[in-house]
Amino acid sequence: MSNLLEIKDLRVSFATDSGSNKAVDGISLELAAGEVLAVVGESGSGKSVTSKTILRMLPETAKTEGLVVIDSNQVSSFSRAKLRKARGELASMIFQEPSTALNPVFPIGWQMVQAIRSHKIAGKRPTKKEARELSIDMLRRVGIPDAQKRFGYFPHQFSGGQKQRILIAAALALKPKLIIADEPTTALDVTVQAEILDLLRSFQKELGVSILLITHNMGVVADLADRVAVMFQGKVVEQGSVDEIFYSPREDYTKKLLAAVPKIMPAEPKDTPRPDSAVVVSAQKLNIVYPGRLNTPSFHAIKDLDLEIRAGEVIGLVGESGSGKTTIGRTIAGLNRATSGSLQVLGQEMVGFKEADFKPLRKRIGFVFQDPASSFNPLLSIGECIAEPMAIHLEQSASDNQKRVLELLDAVRLPKEFADRFPHELSGGQRQRASLARALALQPELVIADEPTSALDVSVQATVLELFSDLQKEFNFAAVFITHDLAVVNQVADRIAVLKEGVLVEEGSVSRVMHDAKHPYTQRLLASHPHPDPKLQAEHRESLRALIAKEAQ
Amino acid sequence: MLKFLSKYPPLKQLKMSFGVQRFMLILGLSIVSFFILVAIFADFIAPYGFAQLQYENGEYFGSQIAPGGSHIWGTTVGGFDVFSRVVYGTRTAIAVIVVAVILSILVGVLLGLLSGYFAGWLDRILVLVADAVYAFPSLLLAISLSIVISGGRSGFWSGILAAGLSITVIFIPQYYRAMRAETLRIKQEAFVESAQVLGASSFRILFRHIFRNATRTLPIIFTLNASEAILTLAGLGFLGFGIDPTMGAEWGYDLNRSVADVSAGIWWTSIFPGSAIVLVVLGITLVGESLNDLADPRLRKRQVAEIE
Repeated sequence: MSNLLEIKDLRVSFATDSGSNKAVDGISLELAAGEVLAVVGESGSGKSVTSKTILRMLPETAKTEGLVVIDSNQVSSFSRAKLRKARGELASMIFQEPSTALNPVFPIGWQMVQAIRSHKIAGKRPTKKEARELSIDMLRRVGIPDAQKRFGYFPHQFSGGQKQRILIAAALALKPKLIIADEPTTALDVTVQAEILDLLRSFQKELGVSILLITHNMGVVADLADRVAVMFQGKVVEQGSVDEIFYSPREDYTKKLLAAVPKIMPAEPKDTPRPDSAVVVSAQKLNIVYPGRLNTPSFHAIKDLDLEIRAGEVIGLVGESGSGKTTIGRTIAGLNRATSGSLQVLGQEMVGFKEADFKPLRKRIGFVFQDPASSFNPLLSIGECIAEPMAIHLEQSASDNQKRVLELLDAVRLPKEFADRFPHELSGGQRQRASLARALALQPELVIADEPTSALDVSVQATVLELFSDLQKEFNFAAVFITHDLAVVNQVADRIAVLKEGVLVEEGSVSRVMHDAKHPYTQRLLASHPHPDPKLQAEHRESLRALIAKEAQ
Repeated sequence: MLKFLSKYPPLKQLKMSFGVQRFMLILGLSIVSFFILVAIFADFIAPYGFAQLQYENGEYFGSQIAPGGSHIWGTTVGGFDVFSRVVYGTRTAIAVIVVAVILSILVGVLLGLLSGYFAGWLDRILVLVADAVYAFPSLLLAISLSIVISGGRSGFWSGILAAGLSITVIFIPQYYRAMRAETLRIKQEAFVESAQVLGASSFRILFRHIFRNATRTLPIIFTLNASEAILTLAGLGFLGFGIDPTMGAEWGYDLNRSVADVSAGIWWTSIFPGSAIVLVVLGITLVGESLNDLADPRLRKRQVAEIE
């Protein structure tokens, strides 16, 4: 059988300040017409570099060797002019971040027409009118309502999911046989992710395009792919059909990767009683409003929120982007101001608080930030960073601080030597452990963790979550765990609070909500979450369709 | 020692540079270090003093003597030895750079940090003042300041201070702007928020967490400003607002005195101090531009990648 895409013995190296760096090390891939091949791997495995090599989109510092053939065209030896023609006609790409892939100062329609008119269709350059008609037709097919009118809209007038649809429309306008999708849904919310995956699947079925899907998300793989290639450190470690990879993986690395993916288990519905302990945080009719600037209306981030967190309990705050989950966490930590209602944190009223009153309470609160790369001062050693809370709040000698730092490093399972290292010398997971150590330095009663694992690879995420749970049991602090990932909540939290556009739609024990969600939004959120299991995911997809159909009625 | 120094500019950049960029940096560094050495050892290099008119035996040099003999670069219309004045001129130039740049860094960095971190009305006023200073022609500002400070004409140190301070006023907004922008950026970083959430004082946040992370761009502004400082000093001297010739040697003043010589075919009085200005400015600019290119990963050239 002839393959649409063939990659043979591809090697890519990058020139860096410390010599050349091998990113892809002799990989070979094949993709048949009409097939979806998923390339999975953790960050640094070379999956994105591979995808960019196909249409030669790599920066000048890269050197490439090997053969890339698309539809019996040897792209790897094309001249610049031929390559330009090939981009869009032979194959096109969809990128991760839809909001940066469109130029903000031009209407989307204009951008699509430009792309179409730089190619020939059936031997001649399309006229403006033809290009416009083709664009509108494509926009309609990807499900942009009122395409005729919205053709002239600017990118900021669309949501993230719609922008990704527009990019898919642009990518498919010239009817390429191959779509290279580099993490097409990573920047999107789960409910939108499910819609985009559906769209890609329908194009694959109807138009017969082949898709090379680059992703780190096993759920997405299970949902869309026919075949899977697992990459690790620039090499393909295992290749096979979806069923082979998911149900009978051969390589240890594949097994490890699959085991690390957090799952929403259909747990027994049991309403665990809440601990009868002191209330640490209590919100009543809490409103948080971000004031608008001149002419722009103010933004109501949190509306009439009632929430209670008791000592020793972990509450998972779940919601999609813009739901206000981070705002709540930051307000509890005194980084944002509450507008009205009441928010008591450790007995202190946070509506209209004075920094001087809240400062003594700060040592009883720990905070873990989302991005491990930026949450440490790059010029201080890890030891100094972890000692900061003690240096600020405790009047004890530097050697006492040092002793405590070593204890903390031990508690988060990092070797002692790490105290003298600098943040950039640690991996993301190690940094997030150190971040936990810093948050726990003063034995706080309350820890706020804002998406602490969303920037980490799945295998690393699993160990950090496990560590978090262990530490929580050991020190018994109350915690607010903010995340967009339901499976993560399932793993660490006792209770779950679901937010939608600033409103708390559902709250309850994790097992109750996971098993028997009352609110339609929670149901939809649960159904959109892709399962890392192809057969289960197929059933799951049907239930989501049924749900959406029910909602539409 | 060398290993320690190699973490800081310009040695750090020298280590990561490559090809043409490396050549430019080395050329600039050599020119600059040559002038610094000349300034330090001026007493041993120059055969006469910068204000000396007579030999040991009391005999006058004579004016406008052609190069050769006991005056290798000739003498000026006022009867000074050109070579000695050019050599001592490096001292003046470097003293002015040091005074001007240190003062403007101190003030500019402090104001930039405070203004960027606290924002609010302080920030608005400072930005307004900085913009207003930008709007003045810099040489005019320097002239008026030098008149205010020293009445237009003065001795060595007061002259240097006057020139340095007038240049400082022009440079403060540049450091202030750069520092403010960096502070605004770093203020958003999670590590500053993590210090805030711990309850660290503003002083601690500013100086422990922001300050050292914000100084990245300073070496570049520093070198580019240094060359501008020399030009401003030369301009002041040329216009007659510099240092008195009996108090210190200064290239701009010598150029001014040699204007009439040029049409008379006496080339040596203008060529040497003029070339000195051009060379120093070239050297410092080369260093500054190279640092700028090397600091930006997109402009930095690297060795071609190899596939093993």
